[in-house]
Amino acid sequence: MRLINRTPGRLAATALGVLPFLAILLFYGLASQQRLADNPNDKLLPGMTQMAAAVDRMAFEEDRRSGDYLMWEDTVASLERLGLGVGVAALLALVVGLANGVLPLVRAHLAPLVSALSMIPPLAILPILFIVFGLGELSKVMLIVIGTAPIMMRDLTQRVRELPAEQRIKIQTLGANSWQVITRMALPQVLPRLIDAVRLSLGPAWLFLIAAEAIASTEGLGYRIFLVRRYLAMEVILPYVIWITLLAILIDQCLRLANRRLFPWYNAGGH
Amino acid sequence: MSFITVRNLWKNYGDQVVLENLNLSVPQGEFCTLVGASGCGKSTFLKMLLGQESPSRGELLLDGRPFPREPDRHRGIVFQRYSVFPHLSVRQNVLMGLELEQKPVLGRLFGRARRTALARVDEMLAQVGLSASAHRWPHELSGGMQQRLAIAQSLIMRPRVLLLDEPFGALDPGIRADMHELLLTLWRETGTTIFMVTHDLREGFYLGTRLLVFDKVRNDPHAPGAYGATVTYDQPIGQADRRLYQDIEASVTTTARHQAA
Repeated sequence: MRLINRTPGRLAATALGVLPFLAILLFYGLASQQRLADNPNDKLLPGMTQMAAAVDRMAFEEDRRSGDYLMWEDTVASLERLGLGVGVAALLALVVGLANGVLPLVRAHLAPLVSALSMIPPLAILPILFIVFGLGELSKVMLIVIGTAPIMMRDLTQRVRELPAEQRIKIQTLGANSWQVITRMALPQVLPRLIDAVRLSLGPAWLFLIAAEAIASTEGLGYRIFLVRRYLAMEVILPYVIWITLLAILIDQCLRLANRRLFPWYNAGGH
Repeated sequence: MSFITVRNLWKNYGDQVVLENLNLSVPQGEFCTLVGASGCGKSTFLKMLLGQESPSRGELLLDGRPFPREPDRHRGIVFQRYSVFPHLSVRQNVLMGLELEQKPVLGRLFGRARRTALARVDEMLAQVGLSASAHRWPHELSGGMQQRLAIAQSLIMRPRVLLLDEPFGALDPGIRADMHELLLTLWRETGTTIFMVTHDLREGFYLGTRLLVFDKVRNDPHAPGAYGATVTYDQPIGQADRRLYQDIEASVTTTARHQAA
């Protein structure tokens, strides 16, 4: 049988999927053990006990100086920035995407600008954001907005334009004005696609969040990682990275489920 | 004065002539079927009736006035596919037109107005045999049921003209016969003027009141776009016999071969 026609069973597929994770864990464990055997104070590859102790200290003990539980403090601060940034970007993308997608006059006006904006490397204008908006929350949120909004705008415009031309004609023969074409045909059909676009932009959003926090912040997951780097505190950095990854997976899956629940017609091949 | 008048109508895209010198006069309530080879301007003519395209030369008049240049609620359309809204249930799909008409800003009806409108919707759904599927999504319907829905959605607006662009082209032959039956019934009840484009010559020959064959009279093998098509047969249905059917079929097939070459 050809390789392209060989498909694993359910159980085999799960096993094959889990295997790489186990391999990485095993490899790390062995390497860490070996280094710790040579030097019990090794910082580079901390063992599970050191990491557990670090998590315990960061998440479940009050900080001696501030009296806060640092890991939760960091998580809340980061998620606030991420949520605000991505939320504003999604809203902008929806408005611009709809206007661009439905109205040729607006598209002629805005599409070149949006294309040009989406080509600017957002990190290159981070200094400008710090100068203009100061070092507070606003500049960090703005970086996420500027980093993710233009691409989502382009994506949404494309999604609106992909709606069958037949539908656009049909709704006009039912007497719709331009506003109704947007609100009753384009908007409801593009909402599930917006959620898909948000899921895809979460990766870049995390990147911009951590970059901004690394440079100017007093709390946040990215801030903490870059802070403890000075002490080579791998036992803190690694659990933080895993925690960020888990949060990202959780948010992504929540959005996927929300999409399924809210728009049953979309996921059942109804588009 | 006739309902729809076409006088010396030409349509070309640059050098490509699609329709040449078209003359027609259609009274209200007529059921015209448009047949012909691909690329002979049937769909282009339908698009002009819809307002999606405009004539390059000549006149296209509705009640003596030029056709509006964009689609409106007086001209319904059913395409081969994608005519219904996937994000609305069957009932909401038919309700849509009534809501859009009565609420220009919100586009939605509430309370008593909604109940009155829904009563009309349910009546319409019963007419096309979709009562049992009122609360299903369009993607749960078969192809034939989706086309019934598209027809119901248009007819509830009581359009003056109903345009059908190969509406049954993607359906199984058995289902097609049912749809012909339904369409004739609805046409008799509403008295609306119908234009139907079809690929199927037999369908065009037996359905409706008038057959319009779009064909090319002249053909230049070196420049396929130099000459356009026009109406070569304009025949009341019922008077057409077997001989004519064969003549038309031979002519249309020849044109189709030229087009493909």
